Amino acid sequence: MAETTHPQQITGAEIVIRCLEQENVKFLFGYPGGAVLHIYDAIYKQGHFKHILVRHEQAAVHAADAFSRATGEVGVALVTSGPGATNAITGIATAYMDSIPLVVISGQVPVPAIGLDAFQEVDMVGVTRPCVKHNFLVKDVKDIATTLKKAFHIARTGRPGPVVVDIPKDITAHFADFVYPESVEMRSYNPVTKGHSGQIKKAVKLLLEAERPMVYTGGGLVLGDASESLVKLVRALGVPVTNTLMGLGGYPSTDEQFLGMLGMHGTYEANMAMQNCDVLLAVGARFDDRVIGNTDHFYSKDRTIIHVDIDPSSISKRVKVHVPIVGDVKSVLAEMNELVALEKPKPSPALKAWWEQIESWRSKLCLDYSNNNGLIKPQYVIEKLWEVTKGDAYVTSDVGQHQMWAAQYYKFDKPRRWINSGGLGTMGVGLPYAMGCQFADPTAQVACVTGEGSIQMNIQELSTCKQYSLPIKVILLNNRYLGMVRQWQEFFYENRYSESYMDSLPDFVKLAESYGHVGMQITKPEDVEGALKEAFDMKSRFVFMDFITDQKENVFPMIPNGKGLSEMILAEDL
Amino acid sequence: MRHIVSLLMENEAGALSRVAGLFSARGYNIESLTVAPTEDPTLSRMTIVTSGSDDVIEQIIKQLNKLVDVVKVLDLNDGKFIERELMLVKVKATGTFREEMKRMCDIFRGRIIDVADGTFTIELTGSGHKLDAFIEGLDGAAILETVRTGASGIGRGDRILKV
Ligand SMILES: Cc1cc2nc3c(=O)[nH]c(=O)nc-3n(C[C@H](O)[C@H](O)[C@H](O)COP(=O)(O)OP(=O)(O)OC[C@H]3O[C@@H](n4cnc5c(N)ncnc54)[C@H](O)[C@@H]3O)c2cc1C
Ligand SMILES: Cc1ncc(C[n+]2csc(CCOP(=O)(O)OP(=O)(O)O)c2C)c(N)n1
Ligand SMILES: [Mg+2]
Repeated sequence: MAETTHPQQITGAEIVIRCLEQENVKFLFGYPGGAVLHIYDAIYKQGHFKHILVRHEQAAVHAADAFSRATGEVGVALVTSGPGATNAITGIATAYMDSIPLVVISGQVPVPAIGLDAFQEVDMVGVTRPCVKHNFLVKDVKDIATTLKKAFHIARTGRPGPVVVDIPKDITAHFADFVYPESVEMRSYNPVTKGHSGQIKKAVKLLLEAERPMVYTGGGLVLGDASESLVKLVRALGVPVTNTLMGLGGYPSTDEQFLGMLGMHGTYEANMAMQNCDVLLAVGARFDDRVIGNTDHFYSKDRTIIHVDIDPSSISKRVKVHVPIVGDVKSVLAEMNELVALEKPKPSPALKAWWEQIESWRSKLCLDYSNNNGLIKPQYVIEKLWEVTKGDAYVTSDVGQHQMWAAQYYKFDKPRRWINSGGLGTMGVGLPYAMGCQFADPTAQVACVTGEGSIQMNIQELSTCKQYSLPIKVILLNNRYLGMVRQWQEFFYENRYSESYMDSLPDFVKLAESYGHVGMQITKPEDVEGALKEAFDMKSRFVFMDFITDQKENVFPMIPNGKGLSEMILAEDL
Repeated sequence: MRHIVSLLMENEAGALSRVAGLFSARGYNIESLTVAPTEDPTLSRMTIVTSGSDDVIEQIIKQLNKLVDVVKVLDLNDGKFIERELMLVKVKATGTFREEMKRMCDIFRGRIIDVADGTFTIELTGSGHKLDAFIEGLDGAAILETVRTGASGIGRGDRILKV
C-alpha cells in the first residue's frame, strides 16, 4: 500500500529526532539494531546532537543516567527491541531507584507483529512496568511527538524518574506532520511543588525552639538543586547536618557543621546525633533501611520529625513523621529561610550543650585507620585522590567497599559530583557513569573508583572510552575479593568466604593498554600519591590505575543488619 | 481492616495492569478488583477491596495516586458508602431441593433467572456479607457453581467521585 504524503510530512523516525532537538538533547547514548534502523538512519542525517555508541545497552542507560546526575538534565538512551531492550533493564531499574530523570526509547517489532512472538519481540512496557515512573507504547505515528513530550515532562517533574517509550518499527517509517506541543496538560498528573505554608511555619517554630536539632538531607536535595538554600538555613540555625549516600555534596563536607554521612557506614557522630536529637528535619531523603536501620530502635527515643519530600508516598513510609511537608525542596527551603531570617536566631545554651555533646562523639575519630603494615590502604588512596584532585573531581563509583570508602573519605563540597548507585546498588555502573560525567563536562577531572569485581561487569566500555577519547581515571581498589561480601562473611558467617575470592584476574595494565589506554599498577603506599599526580597530569589520556590494596581491610563504622543507629561496630572495637 | 478503594483512571491499554502490578509488587492484598468504563468513555472506574493496617492503607492510597494513569482515588471507608456485589449461583434443583431453593431465594431477595432440568440459576445482589450468608445457608451439596463480580461501591449522599 502506497503512503499518501504531504510535502511537509516526515517519517516517524525523523519525528523522533526532531523531538529530541526540541528537547535540546545534546547526547544520545545508544546501540543499533533491526527495530531502530529507521531511527538510526535519521540520526545519520541530523546534526543537532551527538550519538554515543556504547558497547552494551546497559552502559548506554547508565551513561545517560550519569549525564543526568551530573547536569540535572534528562538523560536519553536508545536501544533496539528484544535483547537490546532487556539489556537496558538494569540501567532503567538503577535510575528508577535513585529517582533519576531519563527517557529511554526502545524499538519494538511492527504493530501487526506484536503478540505473535515475532523475532526480537519482548513486551517492553510489561517488563519495565515495575521499574519506571511511566511507560508508553506508541501505536500511531501521529502520537510520537505528544508521547515524547509527555515522556520528558513526566521524567523531569515531580519526583523524577525514568520513562520508557516503546516505538514499533513500522511507525517510524510512516509519515506525519511534525508538531511539537508547547506544553502538556495531563489531568491525571499534577505534581505538587509548593509546600503548605502552615506546615512550614510550624516546622520553623520547632527548629527554632529545638534543644537538640538535627538536619538530614538526601538525594532529593541534590535533584532539586537546593544546596544553596540548605547551606543558608543550616548556617542561620547553627545546627548540625548529615547527608545520605545519595545526598553527599548537598552540604559542603569540609564545613564544621557537617557530621559526615549517616547510616550503615555513616560516622559515629552523625548516627549518634540522629538517634539523640529532639527535632529532626529530613529533606529529600526517604528513611531508607540502610540509613535508619531498625525502626523500633529509632523509635525508642522521642523526637519530632519534620519531613520535606515531593512524593507523598515517601512520607511516613518506613518512619512515622509528625510534620509532613509535601513540596519541592527548593521552594520549601526558600520559605523556611525567609521565616528564619525574620527571627535572627541566636545560639541558645541548649544548642551549645548539644554541640559539646556532638564534639565528644566526633572526638572518637571513627574514620581513623592504621596505615602501617606496608600495604596500600584503600582509605589512603581516596584521601590522596581528594588531595590530588583538589576535592573538585567528579567521582563515580561501583558498588562494594570501595564505594563506601569513596563516600567516607572524599570530601564532596559540591552537589552532583558524587555519582553512584545507592538504591539498587548496581555493580558495573562505575565506568559508564564516568563516561556520562565526562561527556557532561569534557574538561573536568573524572575519577571512577571501582573494585576488581565491579569493573569487570562493564569492562567492555574501555572501548567506548577509547573511541571518544575520554580522559577518565580509573581508580581500581584491587583487593582480590568481592570485598563487601567478604566483610559480611567475616562478620556474620565465621570467615567462610564462599565464592567471594576473585580468582584469575586479568593483568589490568595490559588490558588497558590493549584498548589503547595507559595502565599503571601501584603496589606500595609510598607510590600512591606520585602515581595519582602522574595520572591526573595526563589530561588527555584515559588512565587505568590498578592499586593492589590490603585484602583484609573492612569498612567501619558499620551498623549490622537489623540493628539500630547507635549500635555501630567501630574499628577500635575489634 | 477491610477497605474499599474507588478510583478513576484513564481508559487506556495497560492501565489495569499498572494497578494490579502495583498491588503484587508491593505485597498489598487484593480481595477483589472490578473495572469498567464510565459514562465518560475516556475514564474507567475501578473498585478494589483490600485489607491492611492504617499505615498500609495510607501507602496504598498514596501509591495509587502516584500512578500516572490514575486520575482520582477515594477510600470509601473514609465516609459513608454503599457496597454491592452480584453473584450467580447454579444449584441442584431436584426433588426436595426445588422448593428449598425457591424458599432461600425469596428470603435473600434473589431471583431465579434460569430454570432447567434439575438446576436453577439464582441471581443475588448485596453486600459481600449477604452473599456469604446465602452460600452458608445453602446445603453445600446443592451448589454446582458460583460466580461473583467482586464489590462495587459508591459514597452516600453528596460524596461523589468525579473528575
Ligand atoms: C553497599 C551500599 C551501602 C550503603 N550504605 C549506606 C549508608 O551507610 N548510608 C546511606 O545513607 N546510604 C547507604 N546506601 C544507600 C541506600 O541504599 C539508599 O540508596 C540511600 O540511603 C537513599 O538515599 P536518600 O534517602 O537520600 O533517598 P533518594 O533515593 O535519593 O531519594 C530521594 C528522595 O527525595 C525526594 N525528592 C526528589 N526530588 C525532590 C525534590 N525536588 N523536592 C523534594 N523531594 C524530592 C524523593 O521523592 C525521594 O523520597 C548504601 C548503598 C549501598 C549499595
Ligand atoms: C550486579 C550486582 N551483583 C551482585 C551484587 C552484590 N555485591 C555487592 S558488593 C559486591 C562485591 C563487590 O566487589 P568489588 O567490586 O571487588 O568491590 P569491593 O567490595 O571489593 O570493594 C557484591 C558481589 C551487586 N551489588 N550488584
Ligand atoms: Mg574487590
